[in-house]
Amino acid sequence: MPEPLLKIEHLGIEFHTRRGTLVAVDDISFDVLPGKVFGIVGESGAGKSLTGQAIIGLLEPPGRIGAGRIFLNDQRIDQLPYHQMRRIRGKKIGMIFQDPLTSLNPLYTVGKQLVETILTHSEMTPNQAHQHTIALLDEVGIPAAEKRIGHYPHQFSGGMRQRVVIALALCVSPSLIIADEPTTALDVSIQAQIIALLKGLCKEHDTAVILITHDMGVIAEISDRVAVMYAGRLVEVGEVRDIVKNPKHPYSQGLMGSIPSLHHKSEELTQIEGTMPGLMEIPPGCAFHPRCPHAFDRCRQRRPGLIDTKPSKVACWLFENEDRSGNT
Amino acid sequence: MKSVLRIQDTVYRFFDSDIWYSFKKSKVTIAAACVTVIMILSAFTAPWIAPHNTFDPATLDLMDAFTPPVWYEDGTPKFLLGTDDQGRDIFSTILYGSRISLFVAFASMLLAMILGVTLGLVSGYLGGAIESIIMRIADVQISFPAILIVLLISGLARSVLPNVRHEEMAVWVLIFAIGISNWVHFARTVRGSTMVEKNMEYVQSARVIGRRRATIMFRHILPNVMGPVLVIGTIGLAVAVLTEATISFLGVGVPPTEPSLGTLIRIGQSFLFAGEWWIVIFPGVALVILVLAVNLLGDWMRDALNPKLR
Amino acid sequence: MPALIIRRIIQSVLVMLTVAVVAFTLFRYVGDPVSQMVGQETTIAEREQLREDLGLNDPIIVQFVRFALNTVQGKFGISFRLGRPVNELFAERLPATLELSLVAALFSLVVGIPMGVYTGLYPDRVLSKVFQTISLIGISLPTFLIGILLILFFGVLLSWLPTFGRGDVIQLGWWSTGLLTASGLKAVVMPAFTLGMFQLTLIMRLVRSEMMEVLRTDYIKFARARGLTNRTVHFGHALKNTLVPVITITGLQLGSIIAFAIITETVFQWPGMGLLFLQSIQFADVPVMSTYLILIAFFFVVINLIVDILYHVVDPRLRFDKSVVLGH
Repeated sequence: MPEPLLKIEHLGIEFHTRRGTLVAVDDISFDVLPGKVFGIVGESGAGKSLTGQAIIGLLEPPGRIGAGRIFLNDQRIDQLPYHQMRRIRGKKIGMIFQDPLTSLNPLYTVGKQLVETILTHSEMTPNQAHQHTIALLDEVGIPAAEKRIGHYPHQFSGGMRQRVVIALALCVSPSLIIADEPTTALDVSIQAQIIALLKGLCKEHDTAVILITHDMGVIAEISDRVAVMYAGRLVEVGEVRDIVKNPKHPYSQGLMGSIPSLHHKSEELTQIEGTMPGLMEIPPGCAFHPRCPHAFDRCRQRRPGLIDTKPSKVACWLFENEDRSGNT
Repeated sequence: MKSVLRIQDTVYRFFDSDIWYSFKKSKVTIAAACVTVIMILSAFTAPWIAPHNTFDPATLDLMDAFTPPVWYEDGTPKFLLGTDDQGRDIFSTILYGSRISLFVAFASMLLAMILGVTLGLVSGYLGGAIESIIMRIADVQISFPAILIVLLISGLARSVLPNVRHEEMAVWVLIFAIGISNWVHFARTVRGSTMVEKNMEYVQSARVIGRRRATIMFRHILPNVMGPVLVIGTIGLAVAVLTEATISFLGVGVPPTEPSLGTLIRIGQSFLFAGEWWIVIFPGVALVILVLAVNLLGDWMRDALNPKLR
Repeated sequence: MPALIIRRIIQSVLVMLTVAVVAFTLFRYVGDPVSQMVGQETTIAEREQLREDLGLNDPIIVQFVRFALNTVQGKFGISFRLGRPVNELFAERLPATLELSLVAALFSLVVGIPMGVYTGLYPDRVLSKVFQTISLIGISLPTFLIGILLILFFGVLLSWLPTFGRGDVIQLGWWSTGLLTASGLKAVVMPAFTLGMFQLTLIMRLVRSEMMEVLRTDYIKFARARGLTNRTVHFGHALKNTLVPVITITGLQLGSIIAFAIITETVFQWPGMGLLFLQSIQFADVPVMSTYLILIAFFFVVINLIVDILYHVVDPRLRFDKSVVLGH
C-alpha cells in the first residue's frame, strides 16, 4: 500500500457563538492516496465543504480547527503560519469552487488570472507563463485558446468558465485538488463533460482529488474511495464499489436508495424519513438514530466509533460484533 | 388571560432576541441611547428646567452680557456656561435652542417619512406609470444635495411671502423644506421591500379575499417593511438636525428671535475673534453630542437589523 | 458603448431642460421682476412699458425659448441686488469655487481611499478603530463647526493661517488663481480641509464597506486558494473591484462638493459662487438664484457623464456587447 498523500486525523471544526461552541465537524479521520479520487458525500450542512476549507487553510472566522491534525506528505499543515501555507495553496493543493460564475474575477482577463497564478508559484518568465497558459487552456478543451486568453470571464459560458477554473487549479500541477461541488451550478448536460475532464486530467497529471458532492451518482462514477458524512461525523468510509454495492450504514443505504438505477426499474426510489439535525440539536448517541429504522437503545445512549467491518469502516452499533471477531 | 400571555411572550422574545443582545453588548450604544434620551427629555422640558427664561426680555440685563463660564474669575454660578452679548444665559439658550432644533428635526423627519413611505408603497405596489414618474423624480432629486434643495425652497419662500409673514412662517417653511429634501431615501427603500413583499403569500391571499389595495398596502405590507424605515429614520434624524443647524447658521433658517442651536452658533461666531469663545463653542458641543449619539444609535440599529453587513 | 453614451447625453439634456423650466418658473413667477427693478415712484404706464420691453407680455412659450436661448449664450440677466450682469458676477467667482472644490476633492480622495482600504482590510486593528472613530465624528460634526473650530485654533489662537478670503490671486486671462501664490495657498488650507472632511468620511466609509463586501466574494476566496500573496489579493483583485462602485459615488460626491461650498464659503468669507448664491437668497435676488441652479445642474450633468465613461473604462462587463460571448 502506498504512503498516503494526505492524512486527516481526528479533525474537528468548531464555531464559537454567543450561545456556546458549535461543533460543525466532529472527529473525522481519513487518508487520501496519491493520484486517487476520494469522494466526500453528504447532505448540505453535513460539514463536507468545511472539511475542504480546513485542509487548504481557508476556514472563515468564526469557524476554526478545534481538534486534530492534517498531514500533507507527512508535513503537518494545519498550524502553518500564513507565509508557508500560502506557498502550499495553489502549488500543492488546488481548489475548485462550486460556482464558476463567481469564482473568476470579473475585471481581469482569464489569461491574466492564469499567468499571475503561474508566476506566483514558479520560476517561469512572463513569456513562458503566457505560452503555458495557452497550452493549459487548450488542454482543458477551450477552443481558440490563443484568442480566448485575452477575454474576460463574462465572455465565457458557464461550462467554459468551469474549464478555466479547472485550468487555474491545475496550472502549477498540485498533487491534490479539492473540488467542492464542481458541477452543481452547471447545466445537467455539461456536468458529465466537466466530470470526465476532471477525471482525465487528474489521471494524466497523477493528481489526487477530494471530490465533495451531495450527488452519489457522481461519486459512483469517478471516485476510488468514498467517505459518507452525516451531521459533521463520518458514518462510513471505504472503496467506492463496496459502498455503492453494499452500503452498510443505514444512512448510506438511504443515500444509495436515492440513486436512480437502470437495473431496478420497478423499485421505487427510497427516501430517508426526516431531515438532518442542525448543529444546535444533534441528539446524543448516534446522530442518525432518530431517523434510523434499525435504532435500538444503545444507539440513543452511546456514540459509535468507526468499526472496521472489512472492507469498509462503519460507525454503527449494528456491526459491533463483526468488529470484535476481527482485529481491533 | 390569553393576551397577557401573548404580551409576555412578545416581551420575552424581545429580550431573548439578537437585537436586544447586541444592544446589551455594545456599551457605546447604551451610552448613545442614554445621551439621546436625556437630550430629548431636557429639550422638551426646557421651560421647567432651564434656570432662565431666555425668551422673556424682562429678565435680561445687559450688564450681564459677555459673562464667561463659571470657572473663570469673572464667572458666576448664576450663569454656568456664561452669557452672550445680550446677557442671555448660554445654558438656558442651549436648552431652548435644542428644543427648537429637535422640534424641526422630528417634524421634518415625520414629513419625509410619511411622504417617502407612502410614495414608496404606492410605486412598489402599483408599479407602472405612477412608479416611473415617482422614481424619475426621485432620481433627479437625489442627484442634488439636500442642502441645496432646502436653501432653494427657503429662498423661494422668502421671495413669495412678505417679510412679516415670513418671520412667523420660518419654522414651518424649514420643516417643509427639510422634509421634502429627505423623502427619497424612504421611498427607494420602501419600494424595494414592497416589491419583494408583494409576491409573498400573505399579500396574495389578502388580494384573493378581496381586500382593498390601500388596506393591503398599509395594513399588510407596511408593518413588514418598517425595519429599514426605522433605520433610515434614525440616521435621517441626525441628518435633519445637521441640516437645520446648517441652514440656520447660514442665516436663512429659524429667525434669531427663536434661536435654534445653529442660530446660536451663527450669533456667537462674530464674537470668536474677541475671545468670547463660549458663546459659540457650547452650543456647538451640544449639537455635536446630539448628532453623534443619534448617529451611533442609527449605526447600531442598521448593523443589528442587517447582520450580513457587519 | 457609443449608443449608451448617446443615451446618456440625451438624458442629460432632458435633465438640463427640466432644471431650465424650474429656473424659468422661478425667474418669471417668483416675485414680480418689474417691481424688483424699479422704485416706488414709477408710474403704471412706465411699468407697463418696461413689461413690454422685457417681453413679459409675450406668450409663455416664446418667453421660455428666449430664456433658454439667452441661457445657452450665457446671458443670465441683471442681478436685482447688485445691478450688474449675472454672467459677469459668476465669471468672477467661478474660479474661486472651482479651485476650492478641486483641492477639497483631491484631499478627500487621497486621504479617504487609503483609510477606507485599511479599515476594510484590517477591521479589528487599533488604527482602524481610530479611523472609524474619526469618521463618525466627521459625519457628526457639521461643516460650519469644523470651520469655526479651525478658525479658533489656527487663526485666532495660533495665528498660523488666514481666517478669511483667498489671499493674493494671479490673473490668468479671465481665470483668477490663488494656487500660485504663497498667501493664496495658505488661505486655501482651512477651507479645503473643512469642505473635504465630510466627503472624506463618506469616501472612507464607502470604500471600507465595499472592500469588506468584495473580500467576501468567491473570486477573492478562489484567489487565496490559488496561493496568491495577500498583496496581490488585496491591492490587485479586491481594490480594483472595490473602486468600480466607488468611482460612481465619488463622482457624484464631487458634484455635491461644489454645492456644499456654500457653507464653507460663508464661514471663511471665500469669494465664490456659493457666497453669492447665499446672499442672493437672503435678498431674493432671483436671477442669481436661477443662474446658480442652472450652473450647478450643468456641473452635475457633466460630472455624471464623465463618471459613466470612466465606469466603462474600468468595468469590462460594460465594454462589450452580448454578441461577443461565444458558446461553449
